[in-house]
Amino acid sequence: MCAAAFLCAFLTLVPLISIFGYVFAKGVASLNLDFFVNMPRPVGEAGGGMSNAIVGTLILIGLSCLWAIPLGIVGGIFLSEFGNNKLGTTVRFTADVLNGVPSIVIGIFAYTVFVLPMKSFSAISGAFALGIIMIPTIMRTTEEMLRMVPRTLREAALALGISQFRTTVSIVLRTALPGILTGILLAIARIAGETAPLLFTAFGNRFWHQSLTQPIAALPLQIFVYAISPFDDWRRQAWAGAFVLIVIIFLISFISRFVIGLHYKSTSSR
Amino acid sequence: MEERVKVSNLNAYFGNARALKGINIAIREKMVTAIIGPSGCGKSTFIRCINRLHEVVPDTKVSGQVLLDGKDIYLPDVDPIEIRRKVGMVFQKPNPFPALSIYDNVAAGLKLNGIKKKDYLDEIVEESLRRAALWDEVKDKINASGVSLSGGQQQRLCIARCLAVKPEVLLFDEPCASLDPISTAKIEELILELKKYYTIVIVTHNMQQAARVSDHTAFFLLGELIEFGKTQDIFTAPKDKKTEDYITGRFG
Amino acid sequence: MKIKFVDLGFKKATTVIALSVVALVVLLVFSMALRSMPAIRKFGWHFLFTGTWDPVKEIFGALPFIYGTVVSSALALLIAVPVSIGIAVYLAELAPSYIKQPLSFLIELLAAIPSVVYGLWGIFALAPFLRGSIQPFLSKYFGFLPIFQGEFYGVGMLTAGIILSIMIIPTISSISREVFLAVPFSQREAALALGSTRWETIRLAVLGYARPGVLGAVILGLGRALGETMAVTMVIGNRPEISASLFAPSYTMASVIANEFTEATGDLYLSALVEIGLILFFVTLTVNVIARMLIWKVAGNVKGEMRE
Repeated sequence: MCAAAFLCAFLTLVPLISIFGYVFAKGVASLNLDFFVNMPRPVGEAGGGMSNAIVGTLILIGLSCLWAIPLGIVGGIFLSEFGNNKLGTTVRFTADVLNGVPSIVIGIFAYTVFVLPMKSFSAISGAFALGIIMIPTIMRTTEEMLRMVPRTLREAALALGISQFRTTVSIVLRTALPGILTGILLAIARIAGETAPLLFTAFGNRFWHQSLTQPIAALPLQIFVYAISPFDDWRRQAWAGAFVLIVIIFLISFISRFVIGLHYKSTSSR
Repeated sequence: MEERVKVSNLNAYFGNARALKGINIAIREKMVTAIIGPSGCGKSTFIRCINRLHEVVPDTKVSGQVLLDGKDIYLPDVDPIEIRRKVGMVFQKPNPFPALSIYDNVAAGLKLNGIKKKDYLDEIVEESLRRAALWDEVKDKINASGVSLSGGQQQRLCIARCLAVKPEVLLFDEPCASLDPISTAKIEELILELKKYYTIVIVTHNMQQAARVSDHTAFFLLGELIEFGKTQDIFTAPKDKKTEDYITGRFG
Repeated sequence: MKIKFVDLGFKKATTVIALSVVALVVLLVFSMALRSMPAIRKFGWHFLFTGTWDPVKEIFGALPFIYGTVVSSALALLIAVPVSIGIAVYLAELAPSYIKQPLSFLIELLAAIPSVVYGLWGIFALAPFLRGSIQPFLSKYFGFLPIFQGEFYGVGMLTAGIILSIMIIPTISSISREVFLAVPFSQREAALALGSTRWETIRLAVLGYARPGVLGAVILGLGRALGETMAVTMVIGNRPEISASLFAPSYTMASVIANEFTEATGDLYLSALVEIGLILFFVTLTVNVIARMLIWKVAGNVKGEMRE
């Protein structure tokens, strides 16, 4: 039986290696400068690139962060500082519920509250959907990180006659910052690859986006559209897109690990 | 000699458990008062009532009177923040703010209350570090992290941090509990020096320490004040049988 | 006095903002319920049991999608659960420490791969492989079973189930591993003291003790599988029919929304799709709540024991 357990562990590496092998081999082979600097060509024509989709994904991530990070952090502060009661339990439970909601359902939600009233797909509706996905992660990591700050540190600050507000923001939050940053980066890594909630919010766009109230291209969307298309050149570009997307996500994860490392260094010398 | 802090009929609760039972005590100006007693006797709870820190723990309650310079600090119109600025506290384990530099640790109490004048802060930081006998050791690395110092230095940094807000009363909650003998000696020396400027209350489980540094000693047992008097008297001629048992090491 | 106001305001402001997250979820349910009203009024409970999905005649029944979601998720669990528990046992109990770290890192990498990349790999690598080798093999030796009959398309229920299982393995295995590690050492020692072998110790002390937590992990994995959209949409074949064969194309609730939402022209059509989303929301909600409760129970038990 112990051998079976061993087998399971290494069997799982087969799809992992296969996926990375394909993405790397096909992706690198299809990558060229055009991919990064050019726009998509009209349907069926070979060549072109995904420059607008790469920029679109970055814009969507930025817009999502703009509202989800403050909301998540403040929510996390509430949970750790004032959340030891029924209200706190309710909020914590809601965050966990939200974390389990399929991203496609969040897409429908964003569609009903943004796209329908505005009568147009838009970058902001996409950022709304992606932000909702980020919030639970940021909120719960903020809470956990703040709780890890020793109580004596809060008491030391209060004993100096510092108000609770300043204690929380300037001492506790600042001490926990590396950990919170890690949570934020993980949330960004997660939404960077999200496709389903963008299908009917950001919608995709073959051109440069005009304004935030217009449809916008996104890398994962473009990969999806190209992957199921009948054109060989588009499929080739889908692999290139997948490669770039994975590199972006792993870069973010790598940075977050680096931040964790810094955090441990600064706390272990205490 | 003037009474700086006068406590009458003080009770403190954790939930329904009564941790302090009707404490009456008067703490005199520019003297060191030691609080001794076995663990769990309410020593720390007692001093945490003097700077209104007991109430920051959820589900706690205080009743009775604590007069600071004749004014009850538990009256509803008193801001606990004002009290905490007048009554500084040093904790059991050194707890410098890890995200702040040595300079910012000392300046924290002022900076976070809106004082931004650089010259003034520089002056206060140096003065506080000098009083805490740390200036010479850190003046060249004032922007290093506070947690880069040794345990004893960290504790003196916490003392300097306290002094910077210009308190009148200093509370020490077992300040040497996590320090080695050499660092402990330095802190004790420092307490005797600080006595010139401040009224000091020190909680300790170490009776020799109480004998060495204090002028008055109070013996607590199970939340009650058993005996209070001149340190010399308590250690040489205790009036209560329980005090005698404790200082001769028969229990606790 | 001024400071007291700041602190009070601080508390109030954080409370209001935290509550806005609750409001967001309430709004989510409310707005989706509102949009699905036309379909709910028209079809009622029949919506869940009708097998016809005909946008032209405006007859909408969600049964094929519910069937597809349930079967593909069940298939995913069937594969993922034993494998994940094996991984967790190996990582928590057996692996030498120089393998533990890198191996668990690699398995967690699986969780970082975006769904759309899984789909891409599914279309161009997994589906052809299944069509070329696995499906002929299954059909040849197990073809007497109805689930292994029919033509080999490559895309279909089987492919979706396999890809889902790969996607949920990191979830189930990492939580199970944590649950195993939380089993008090005294339990293991008790079993060893009885003269048990290594495997018997794991089975007796660890698996027995951790069962509710592992169940929680499995259900959490199920929650992910039920709602997974892109990878499934790309490999399941998207045909709203109920077929006994796992080789046949199928359709899930999430993938019908993904495929048809932007094309839904009529109000009733859109409403039916939103209703499917609403059902999906409530199903995953129930599943997640059950999973959390189970995991909390074990974590709570273990904590209580450590305190003693």
